[in-house]
Amino acid sequence: MHYRLRGPEWRSALEHHSDASGAGWLQEIPVLESEDCRLGQTDAPPADQLVARCVCVQIGGASLLHGVDFSLAPGEVGAILGPNGAGKSTLLSVLAGLRAPTQGAVWLNGQALQPSNLAAFAAVRAVLPQHTQVAFDFRVRDVVALGRYPHRLNPSTDEAGIVEAAMALTNVLALAERSVSNLSGGERARVQLARVLAQIWTATTAPRWLLVDEPTAALDLHHQHQTLRTLRRWSRDSGVGVVAVLHDLNLALRYVDQVWVLDGGRLQAQGPPEQVLTPALVQRVWRVPVSAVPDADGVAQLLVGATP
Amino acid sequence: MNGQTAIKREPRLLPTRGAGRWLCTPVSGPAVLIELTGLLLIVLIYAAGQGAYAIGLAELPHLFLASLGVVGSVASGSAAELVFFNIRLPRLLLGLVAGAGLGLSGALMQGLFRNPLADPGLIGVSSGAALAAGITIVLGILWFPDLPRALGSWTLVLMAFAGGLGVTVWIYVLSQGEGGTRVGHMLLAGIAINALAGAGLGLLNFLATDEQLRNLQFWLLGSLGGARWSAVLLVSGITLMAAVVGMALARALNALALGEAQAALLGVSVERLKKSAIVVVALAVGAITATTGIIGFVGLVAPHMVRLIAGPDHRWLLPGSALLGAALVLLADAVARTALQPAELPLGVLTALVGVPFFLLLLRGSHGQRL
Repeated sequence: MHYRLRGPEWRSALEHHSDASGAGWLQEIPVLESEDCRLGQTDAPPADQLVARCVCVQIGGASLLHGVDFSLAPGEVGAILGPNGAGKSTLLSVLAGLRAPTQGAVWLNGQALQPSNLAAFAAVRAVLPQHTQVAFDFRVRDVVALGRYPHRLNPSTDEAGIVEAAMALTNVLALAERSVSNLSGGERARVQLARVLAQIWTATTAPRWLLVDEPTAALDLHHQHQTLRTLRRWSRDSGVGVVAVLHDLNLALRYVDQVWVLDGGRLQAQGPPEQVLTPALVQRVWRVPVSAVPDADGVAQLLVGATP
Repeated sequence: MNGQTAIKREPRLLPTRGAGRWLCTPVSGPAVLIELTGLLLIVLIYAAGQGAYAIGLAELPHLFLASLGVVGSVASGSAAELVFFNIRLPRLLLGLVAGAGLGLSGALMQGLFRNPLADPGLIGVSSGAALAAGITIVLGILWFPDLPRALGSWTLVLMAFAGGLGVTVWIYVLSQGEGGTRVGHMLLAGIAINALAGAGLGLLNFLATDEQLRNLQFWLLGSLGGARWSAVLLVSGITLMAAVVGMALARALNALALGEAQAALLGVSVERLKKSAIVVVALAVGAITATTGIIGFVGLVAPHMVRLIAGPDHRWLLPGSALLGAALVLLADAVARTALQPAELPLGVLTALVGVPFFLLLLRGSHGQRL
């Protein structure tokens, strides 16, 4: 037996029933239907964008995402921001096609993206999760070369050159012959990033996409900035659309074109970072007092703790 | 970006002392395959001359060509030619195929489970074949008295093959879940079913007469003695087909080392990879075990040794494990035939005795390297 409730009344109804008689209502799973989700469902998605409409993800009775819309054009860098548990990694896995949303859909280059047709997009879409392990004692060069797997049937003329170029871009070329199990966490993260860059290195007719989950988590300050600078430059030069889950708001302000702020599974704000990441929003979502300070080249940065 | 930085070279293996040094110079993948093929040829020539009927090195080329029908006719040949064609050559071929099949299957299992401790017996083929062989030897006369007459000398082989495949199918079905085959469940189900088969064998030991017990124990210890041309050609055919399919999985297994989700994102059809690997291993190891009994150690250790020399890239690891496994089994069989002439030592005992010293030598030379 499902509940079908519309609009904001579902939450108060659920709480009312939970208070009433504990265990008896645990069997019923409310099916949430938001009225906003029915807007724009019939429009055909653009053929060169990464679009998600009205994505809802429910596990059991918990709603991880509710009514999230997303659209990114190629050549842009987008960031998904939010506090822990806001649903950032869930949204990224939905955009990658690893998880099918309970409601809503995702389109990549005009085609619907689902867990069943992941392989079809392997040459144009690369995903880097937060933690990746390599089971055996491969060399760094071999790990980066694994990223060329989608191109095994029609390889380019210089496969080794692509691998070297990807390693040079993330500054791991000096580690090329070393065993990946002997590297530090940050070096391993850069090797994995080189691998996903190598995966979508060759230009295709369709736009290419790179989705990364916290690429700067294990990196030192220098490499945090270098990685995002590299991603932004590569995105502009190659026309690759990049979506990154970030924790550092200042990195987002400096290197990112569009941000999506999530909290509690819902989209709180969306747009260019300098417009979205106001001290008021940061206080509301992250519950941290900040003040915006413009730095030498005019980019606004957030300073924590100063009173507005 | 500073692309001119000197690349620090860390050789794959650099033992500084002992015999390991000449065995393990830093080499690339294809060079390792050439080395191992050379090793296999040397062992093959050595094993061809060994046995209760010794054949000298000078006679071998003539005998080999006679067997191929190039020179003279074998049927009316000398004693050496008869021994070589009817006994020695099928035995050599069976040893080659068994070792290659077990080595390759071990490498496939280790790649599939992403665990260097996996061996072909994990999916239940060996224990299923053993249990079926035990049932045939001990209870066959009681339960299916007509079966030996219908199948003749093929009874034990066919029952063991059927048992191996049956248990593998059971373990495969147990490991199915919503997301396809769950490799972790397969591992645990394999351990449980193997234990069950072991208990069944224990019970059969208890019920057996002395002669049946002896037959069963010697079957379990493995031997190349049952090498008839018909059986050998059949096993060779199955193993060859399995090897061709298995080697094609090399790049996909490399990608699987990153994890199943990442492999799927790279375009690997993970479910098809798992099914292919399991079918290849079940057919090859089932056919081999049905004909030779249980030959242990090769499937587990041959891939390790090749990984220590050539690295974990499956494009070299799979063929290398096959070559090294074949060399190991042929060498062990040569010792088995000659150590206590005219009696024959069980093969499964000797694969470990012959293989362990080489393995320890390689381990000693690979300090600092993770398996």
